Amino acid sequence: MKEASPAKAYALHLGVIALLFALSFVLPEYHHGLLARIMVLAVFAMGYNMLFGYVGLLSLGHAMFFSAGLYGAGLAVIHLGWSVPAAFTAGLACGALLALVIGLLALRTTGVAFMIVTMMFAQVFYLIILYFASWTGGDQGLVVPQSARVLVVGSTSLGLTEPTVRYMSALALFSIVLLVTLVIVRSRYGRVLVAIRENEERTKMLGYDTLSNKLVAVVVSGTICAASGAAYALLFGYVGSTFASVQYSILPLLWVLLGGAATTLGPLIGTLFMYYVVDITSGYTSAYLLIVGIALILLVLFFPKGILGTIRQRWLGWLP
Amino acid sequence: MMPLLTTKGLSRHFGGLRAVDGVDFTLMPGEIRAVIGPNGAGKTTFVSLVSGRIQPSSGMIVFDGADITNLPAYARVRLGVAYTFQITSVFANLTAYDNVALPVQRTLTDGRSKGAVHAGVMAALERTGLADRAHMPAGQLSYGHQRLLEVAMGLALKPRLLILDEPTQGLADSEIDNFIGLVREIAKSATVLLIEHNMPVVMHLADRITVFNVGKILAEGTPEQVRANAEVQEAYLGATPP
Repeated sequence: MKEASPAKAYALHLGVIALLFALSFVLPEYHHGLLARIMVLAVFAMGYNMLFGYVGLLSLGHAMFFSAGLYGAGLAVIHLGWSVPAAFTAGLACGALLALVIGLLALRTTGVAFMIVTMMFAQVFYLIILYFASWTGGDQGLVVPQSARVLVVGSTSLGLTEPTVRYMSALALFSIVLLVTLVIVRSRYGRVLVAIRENEERTKMLGYDTLSNKLVAVVVSGTICAASGAAYALLFGYVGSTFASVQYSILPLLWVLLGGAATTLGPLIGTLFMYYVVDITSGYTSAYLLIVGIALILLVLFFPKGILGTIRQRWLGWLP
Repeated sequence: MMPLLTTKGLSRHFGGLRAVDGVDFTLMPGEIRAVIGPNGAGKTTFVSLVSGRIQPSSGMIVFDGADITNLPAYARVRLGVAYTFQITSVFANLTAYDNVALPVQRTLTDGRSKGAVHAGVMAALERTGLADRAHMPAGQLSYGHQRLLEVAMGLALKPRLLILDEPTQGLADSEIDNFIGLVREIAKSATVLLIEHNMPVVMHLADRITVFNVGKILAEGTPEQVRANAEVQEAYLGATPP
């Protein structure tokens, strides 16, 4: 949002992407796989951050957008035998359409009511998945067959189960979404979104149709989350109803708060941090959730604006 | 000449309270019109009805020949009705620059005019004397500068009708003098509707004055006529001088 240093911001983001690319060649196998998963889920967090961080709309139903992509892509492969690109597109389309409908209904409310309404819709979505168990696999979920997870480019076919292909696919999606987010938040539209967050009434009185601006934001956010879900289904081969449960609506909120709401790189930092705290602590003790909880409390006490949010506030005001 | 703004039988009731009660009002283009009246006379409710922030209970509003009664606020802003808030309502966490960029970019239809936003923002900030504070967060500006920023945002909308709701409230005397000059300058390109309690400001600026009392127009005329009006004196002072 600041006028200064667009070059610096772009250089930083390209640097992060380059670092993630380089890590692919040095990381041990276990961390390599974990980081691929973190990048896909960071896309989920970025989609959430678009709405929560920049527009200030707190949704507790984003699991439904993630799972719209997850099931949209997964079921298209399993039941219809679609190719990977077609299934990914189907996942995106499901997420975008769902976000449009939910946005139209839920944006009639604000504040706490918006939280409750989005959460209720997500519960409905979750129960629908369980109800149609013959197609969705119910609470068991479905495995996307390895043979179908092949990306055909020209004459070469790339198996998405192969670690490097999987890592690079996750990185490609992450990079595209990161740069798209950066462009959006630095654009005039991004400025309007922040204005709505800061003072919606005033934004209306500057001639902005805030409702349609918010609706566009819900659709963009829902589509990004669906992209993450679709990629998850295709890269990791599992489509399950857990991803539609309320837990997966709260997780992106947590990741974004940890990393820093309304920062472009915060979602990645937050997701990375959460995953590794759980990973490291669970290696020492079965009471790892206790340590996770303490870490969260300390973070809220000393970094109330999240890791990147606090860094931006104290040292690097130019961070987007 | 066609009036810029007309209201016919405009009313707004809050339960039993008739905040605005059957107001017929006409404003000619190019005027500086002051709206005065005791507290609770319905001034702010009246301009809120005109700007679309609240919906009327009955009556109609015509702007530049078109019925705008049922238009949402943002659509009225696009027609040229700009409203600056009584309680300073700038975006405190955004810079002064970004505050003004919001209205400027809205009035530009060319999507690639990056230079035009910058030029428009700096023009509005210079007119209000805030150019050297462009990159300060609005919340860190002094109160007087925040009021000026509010006006700059209104100006940046390139309004045909600029509604200023108690713009000099809380300003120092020295700031008020500058402010009077600024409003005169604005009036060259826009019609100004001004709610104001500060009588010297009203008397200096207004071409005509409309006096509200208990939701109705009590009197209307030039500053001299209003000053001499016995009913106005009674409304303000509670008694007719002997």
